[in-house]
Amino acid sequence: MSENKVITVHDLSKIYRIDERSGYKTLCDSINRFCSRCLEKLKNGGRSGPQTANYVWALKGISFDVKKGQKVGIIGRNGSGKTTLLKVLSRITYPTEGYAQVTGKVATLLEVGTGFHPELTGRDNVYLSGAILGMKKAEIMRKFDEIITFAELEKFVDTPVKHYSSGMFVRLAFSVAAHLDSDIVFVDETLAVGDLAFQKKCLGKIDDIAKSGRTVLFVTHQMNQVRRICDCCIWLDSGSIRYFGPTPETVSAYEAMMGSLVRTDERADSGGYYRARFLKWEITQPLGPKPNAIDTTGAVEVDFSLKINTPVRHGRHGIALFNSEGQLVWGAAAESLKLDAGLHTLKYKLSSLPLKPGYYYWLVTIYEENTLLDSWYCFPELLISTLPLASRWDNSAGFLNLPYQFHIASDK
Amino acid sequence: MIRPSRGWSSINLKEIWDYRELLYFLVWREIKVRYKQTLLGAAWAIIQPLSMMIVFTLFFGKFVKVPHSNVPYPLFSYSALLPWMLFSEGLGRSAQSVIVDGRIINKVYFPRLILPVSGVITPLVDFVFAFAVFLGIMFYYGVVPDARIIFLPLFVGLALITSMAAGFWLSAINVQYRDVRYTIPFLTQLWFFASPVVYSSASMPKSWQFFYSLNPMVGVIEGFRWVLLGTEPPGHMIVASTAITLIVLILGAFYYRKTEKTFADVV
Repeated sequence: MSENKVITVHDLSKIYRIDERSGYKTLCDSINRFCSRCLEKLKNGGRSGPQTANYVWALKGISFDVKKGQKVGIIGRNGSGKTTLLKVLSRITYPTEGYAQVTGKVATLLEVGTGFHPELTGRDNVYLSGAILGMKKAEIMRKFDEIITFAELEKFVDTPVKHYSSGMFVRLAFSVAAHLDSDIVFVDETLAVGDLAFQKKCLGKIDDIAKSGRTVLFVTHQMNQVRRICDCCIWLDSGSIRYFGPTPETVSAYEAMMGSLVRTDERADSGGYYRARFLKWEITQPLGPKPNAIDTTGAVEVDFSLKINTPVRHGRHGIALFNSEGQLVWGAAAESLKLDAGLHTLKYKLSSLPLKPGYYYWLVTIYEENTLLDSWYCFPELLISTLPLASRWDNSAGFLNLPYQFHIASDK
Repeated sequence: MIRPSRGWSSINLKEIWDYRELLYFLVWREIKVRYKQTLLGAAWAIIQPLSMMIVFTLFFGKFVKVPHSNVPYPLFSYSALLPWMLFSEGLGRSAQSVIVDGRIINKVYFPRLILPVSGVITPLVDFVFAFAVFLGIMFYYGVVPDARIIFLPLFVGLALITSMAAGFWLSAINVQYRDVRYTIPFLTQLWFFASPVVYSSASMPKSWQFFYSLNPMVGVIEGFRWVLLGTEPPGHMIVASTAITLIVLILGAFYYRKTEKTFADVV
């Protein structure tokens, strides 16, 4: 094996039995199953019955190498095996086939706040969580002040964590995780947490970790982060590597695929009774090749189809638009709606939607007084593909893609 | 090297030793959390054995008059409750340990054997408090332990090993079959009556002695009484039961290592 390869993965596969992941076995079940299998064998004259368990390949035939100091992004849709890959590499779970070799001390950060106990104080939790994540006591003691200062919690060190706000909690948890010493870091998603100012700090810290020469495997849905941090990317698709290459290429290919996915435009009818249900959404103005894409900063009209089965008397309806990082971009609400049974179209007319290019999600809801009748994260996503108007080097300046003019007036 | 593995694996004591600080912090967490959550905190370590001693003294000492080899009944029962509570508390904690910390198992790697081991070690802290009270009671009755007390750690060790042996098996099975949780109180209770806590093992009929003393807790409790109160020493059967316990412990550790590979997928 070459000197500078720190991670080698060869033909790695992992199978899950679906009924194993959900629900626990009881002794009674096992005995039942054993008995019925025996009966079956008797009936079939000694041959065992067909395998009824459902299997899913979470990973299938994965092979790749990572060199020392490389930052590798792992991208892909939900359920494509990204987290499973990290879990196998960090020895939390075992592969079914193939092998992997990881050389060096590993820090695994799959969630914020691993091992935290709500009853214990901030100080205690730094030690506990640090130890669980693999730090030595002396190391925690040395870094303790730094951790607390980074989390901005100097005043609350001796307060039980259960009295922390959720923001304080994630700040402390992130700070512990960020101060781990290791050669290799496996990071899963949403580590940038808390309020906006702290998020920036987190991103900065992640950048620092990335620049410090450590090897990083980074699972995320946030393409901006991947672009900024990672040299190359693995694109996972249903457990297999769809593409492995330099970040710009891989991310572009991935985004192109996400945009061109053939989708059923109508929301699947779950069958059974429902009182109200959103069925589909589309952009009616301007009409483009795709009913979910906009390439203008001008006026936009959007329709949402709502089917009502039982008349709604005191209806309330809300709409919200989120960006791909889950931040609320815009929202509105309407009250005292009277809707008879039948199909309705809720029409929104926006004089402009000057958002930066990317993916956005509509969330629409319908209530009868305070009872939620339906809420829908609209599918497909809203794709905004206007050209960025701001400087193309600026990838951090806010949500908006505003038409603007700039000039300098100088007095002579 | 990460490979598929379904068979038996070595116990890897070195790795557990490398993670001894985590073991320390897990024990420390349990104790600290209990002191935070309870009004009486450390007092519980004393209240439990004391109140049981009082109840046993009343019913078995005064009313039923169980034979108890010339030792005041409170001392007789408390000296047995000391190792018994160490054992049963450790058994319960370690059997539940993998389930309780399932979340961590799913998020980070560490030698999994540490979990049941920490469950067995945690009650040692209570034991120390309870033992201090015992010294007080001995003083009250004017009983002074002699040089035999140096053997005490041996019997404490045997109690820990016994609860660890049962804990390894139960915690590993518990992940697969949640029935174990309901079996533990029941199992502990049966074991309690099969151990000479409220009665003396001398009251067992001769024909039963052989099977009876296969229970390692018989040797532990007799050992405690011998060391602290100067009663009859435990019979030679303690060698056999210790050997059996060690075998069960080692097999349990291997069984645990074998099943731990699926913990993260199942918990």
